[in-house]
Amino acid sequence: MACEAWREKLDAYVDGELPRAEAAALANHLRECAACAADSLEHVQLKRAVAVAGRRYEPSIQLRDRVQRSLGGRPRREKAWVWRIVALPATLVLLLSLAVGLYVGHERTRRQRVYSELADLHVATLASGSPVDVVSTDRHTVKPWFEGKIPFTFNLPELQGTDFTLVGGRVSYLAQSPGAHLIYRIRQHEISVFIFQDRGEETAVSASGPVSMMSFTMESWTKNALRYFVVGDVGAQDIEGLSKLLRDAG
Amino acid sequence: MPAATFEELALPLFDQLYNFAHWLTQDATEAEDLVQETYTKALRGFSGFQIGTNFRAWMFRILRNTFLTSKTGLKSAAFEDQEIEAVASTRPNPEAILIQQADREIVQQALTEVAVPFREILLLCEVEEMSYEEIAQVLAIPIGTVMSRLYRARKALRSLLVEKFKGGRNGV
Repeated sequence: MACEAWREKLDAYVDGELPRAEAAALANHLRECAACAADSLEHVQLKRAVAVAGRRYEPSIQLRDRVQRSLGGRPRREKAWVWRIVALPATLVLLLSLAVGLYVGHERTRRQRVYSELADLHVATLASGSPVDVVSTDRHTVKPWFEGKIPFTFNLPELQGTDFTLVGGRVSYLAQSPGAHLIYRIRQHEISVFIFQDRGEETAVSASGPVSMMSFTMESWTKNALRYFVVGDVGAQDIEGLSKLLRDAG
Repeated sequence: MPAATFEELALPLFDQLYNFAHWLTQDATEAEDLVQETYTKALRGFSGFQIGTNFRAWMFRILRNTFLTSKTGLKSAAFEDQEIEAVASTRPNPEAILIQQADREIVQQALTEVAVPFREILLLCEVEEMSYEEIAQVLAIPIGTVMSRLYRARKALRSLLVEKFKGGRNGV
């Protein structure tokens, strides 16, 4: 089927409304077509952006009491707002389609949702024209850049003598809490390092060695009240290597 | 007892209904009144509700209909719903933008500016994560119209966003 025909189904696909067989066929097409894959990622990003932006207004306690009383009821425990993480070389095309696939697949376990969100951020950053806001290989430039932009500081490792280089960084968000997104490079591959404040439930994933999800490898740990996530489409060895450097520096 | 069952079903929707109401009315006081009135009407009409059918869609429908008959709602409802049109352009979107997370405020601004029929369907789809079927029930339109309206809503939102991005992103 030609791209134009596929594009007509894109809305329904990312909305999860395409019948299974058609969705599978479209997913296959996305694996091979960079233009459609990029288009589908844009659709997913728009959905997620609206989902995040649209969760804006909270009712007052007084209103809740008023309504409850009018129903003749007792005050209830407030229901927490469930924040759903609705989630370019040949590899990048594949990653784009996987990122969309992760989202459309509606990953539901908390760990999968967090990982899916971060994997998507990693891919989207790589696909973007300006992946970082501070461009520097020097950690002494990058670290102070974050001052005033995020509510914590962190240490970056010395990379001399390693195969890793620092590309730069940008501010990122997880559960609407700001943090740092750093991009490292090793042998033509990018690895994203996310650092957020450890906020228990929202960002909790049990500390583990490298975990593989689709084609991404991810590792996460907590140190000094900060939660670190390292993600990339590289082998466990490289993820573990960078993680160790970060842990030792922190 | 019917009233107790109603509370069990209806109160968990409170936060979402308020959020939706505020987006529609663009005013906190009006939103509060709208939510209160919705619960009152829903309680009154609850005996007519068929248990087992979609309660959430039913509540949202009541809220939306109540809004449409309010002063603010009547002003915003001037909107022509065209027949189902071709669902997609054949060219790739030339202005595809990769939205960064930090642009939450810009997206909120755009949602505020887009027409109410577009705003509400986007919210129902993305925030409430309703299926096309559920949206069709809330808006009392056929599923085909849901799809075409969603398509147009996203298009409208995209042009607003592109405009804003072109205006310069100053690191929100």
